[in-house]
Amino acid sequence: MMSMSNPKVRIDNVVKVFSGSRKHAQVLAVDHVSLDIMTNEFITILGPSGCGKSTLLRIVAGLEEQSSGHVYLDGQEVHGPSSNRGMVFQAYSLFPWLTVEENIQFGLKNKGVIAARRKEIAKEYVELVRLTGFEKHYPKQLSGGMQQRVAIARALANDPEILLLDEPFGALDNQTRTLMQELLLEIWEKSNKTILFITHDVEESIFLANRVIVMTSRPGRIKADIPIELEHPRPYNIKTTPRFLEYKEQLTELIREESLKAMQEAK
Amino acid sequence: MEKVAKKQGIAEQAPLLQLQSQQNGTPKRRKWLQPQENIPYHLYLWISVSSIVILFAIWSLLTYSGIVDPLFLPTPTEIIQSGITLFTEFGFINDIAITIYRVFAGFLIAVVIGLPLGILMGTFKVVEAFFEPIISSIRYMPASAFIPLFILWIGVGEMEKITIIFVGTFFSLVLMTAVEVSNVRRELLEAAYTLGTSTFGVLRSVILPAAIPGIMETIRLILGWAWSYIIVAELVASASGIGSLILESQRMLKTSNIIFGILTIGALGLLSDLILKVAIRKMFPWNYGR
Ligand SMILES: Nc1ncnc2c1ncn2[C@@H]1O[C@H](COP(=O)(O)OP(=O)(O)OP(=O)(O)O)[C@@H](O)[C@H]1O
Ligand SMILES: [Mg+2]
Repeated sequence: MMSMSNPKVRIDNVVKVFSGSRKHAQVLAVDHVSLDIMTNEFITILGPSGCGKSTLLRIVAGLEEQSSGHVYLDGQEVHGPSSNRGMVFQAYSLFPWLTVEENIQFGLKNKGVIAARRKEIAKEYVELVRLTGFEKHYPKQLSGGMQQRVAIARALANDPEILLLDEPFGALDNQTRTLMQELLLEIWEKSNKTILFITHDVEESIFLANRVIVMTSRPGRIKADIPIELEHPRPYNIKTTPRFLEYKEQLTELIREESLKAMQEAK
Repeated sequence: MEKVAKKQGIAEQAPLLQLQSQQNGTPKRRKWLQPQENIPYHLYLWISVSSIVILFAIWSLLTYSGIVDPLFLPTPTEIIQSGITLFTEFGFINDIAITIYRVFAGFLIAVVIGLPLGILMGTFKVVEAFFEPIISSIRYMPASAFIPLFILWIGVGEMEKITIIFVGTFFSLVLMTAVEVSNVRRELLEAAYTLGTSTFGVLRSVILPAAIPGIMETIRLILGWAWSYIIVAELVASASGIGSLILESQRMLKTSNIIFGILTIGALGLLSDLILKVAIRKMFPWNYGR
């Protein structure tokens, strides 16, 4: 069904080589990766540390230039960053001199949305990430989880075509992390955004995704593309159901092979 | 283990302490000498005040008792008296005014030119590559060594004093501003790009606001240096200003005037520093959150 429509984002044979210097050997970080992301899909990329996940995402965002290959958004090739691809970083990417609501309005201001409308939209997204009452707080006054919620709201308020997230919950404790996953899933179910989400956590990758892309250890290639056929809405306790555990076992096995390879290489 | 044993030893010697520790369950810890541990505000204040009191007491003892020659170090009373005469009979206020004027004129010019240049150097590598070698090398040439040269070039007027302040502050200001700007986190720029900010737009909407508190701290630090440069400038070929008064007093063996002049310049430096410190805290509340 899906393959018949046009993809929202097409990653076509992307290669990234970090050029070496006198001190460093050159690094092949991403090796011929091709991936079609359909509208409304929630894709997670799972891979061992250092396999080139961030590099791939940054190429899609336009923050890094690929050595060869192409990235298309709605059929148009993209060069450089733009507000049509929103990005959420691992941590500390909020503008510390702006309050929560001003952070959320940052992109809207660039677009020239008038102040009254900006305020309305900011309010809406503050509510969506459940931060009502914290509009006037500065990032320093918020916990890590709250900051990431603002970062998500800031990216969403701009209404991007695709939302790119690079281990956004990686720095959070387990409980907060679980709650954030539920919140993001709920937002996705409501808004039907297209999402590309990077993680090295197996459970997280299954819980959130329609499709999990497993990457090999460096150089990063696509090792497996596994559709997750779990129903929506997904309650948090789906993580203990037999079908979820099956996925988990399968993916753990796949990722373990790669992690072992990565470790042996490092020796 | 050893630490515990020691504490118990102390407790045995002091029955009151032992009683306290039993009541609280855990023994009360002495924190005064714990590395980096905070101490109560009042204690801090008392210790600070006592250091000044002690210094003052030693000074009084040495001078009032006559142990030290007044030509070498006058009594506090003498210094206060000479301060009063300086103001009432010698128009000291004009010297203060001219010194302040020179510092601010020179420093203002340095800031007006240096800040934009530093920001551009921190932002664009091409600008950095062009200016860095010259500025870095001049930076380590002491401004005071330029005084004879400046006198040859522009005479001994106001312009010369202002130029010394400018040269003494400008180069470090540029380099330190550039460092502040280049330390702005990469993620902030990247976040801005993905939110639709243009390459040049980030300069105004990210780099400037992110770097400005650090830049203000730099300005505060370098303004402190300007106060010592002005005295050097006024010690050489000047007919007015606090520095010239100090030199004049030395010729006339008025030690108390010298000391009063030094205290005045210290007070001016401290005052300008305090004003900036408070202003920076007020201007950038987000930087001092929690
Ligand atoms: N700017 C760079 N210059 C040189 N090499 C780089 C650069 N950025 C990344 N690399 C290399 O590319 C490889 C992939 O890095 P990347 O950050 O994409 O990995 P990752 O999968 O995101 O890892 P992690 O899970 O630890 O975040 C690494 O070996 C890294 O050393
Ligand atoms: Mg990464």
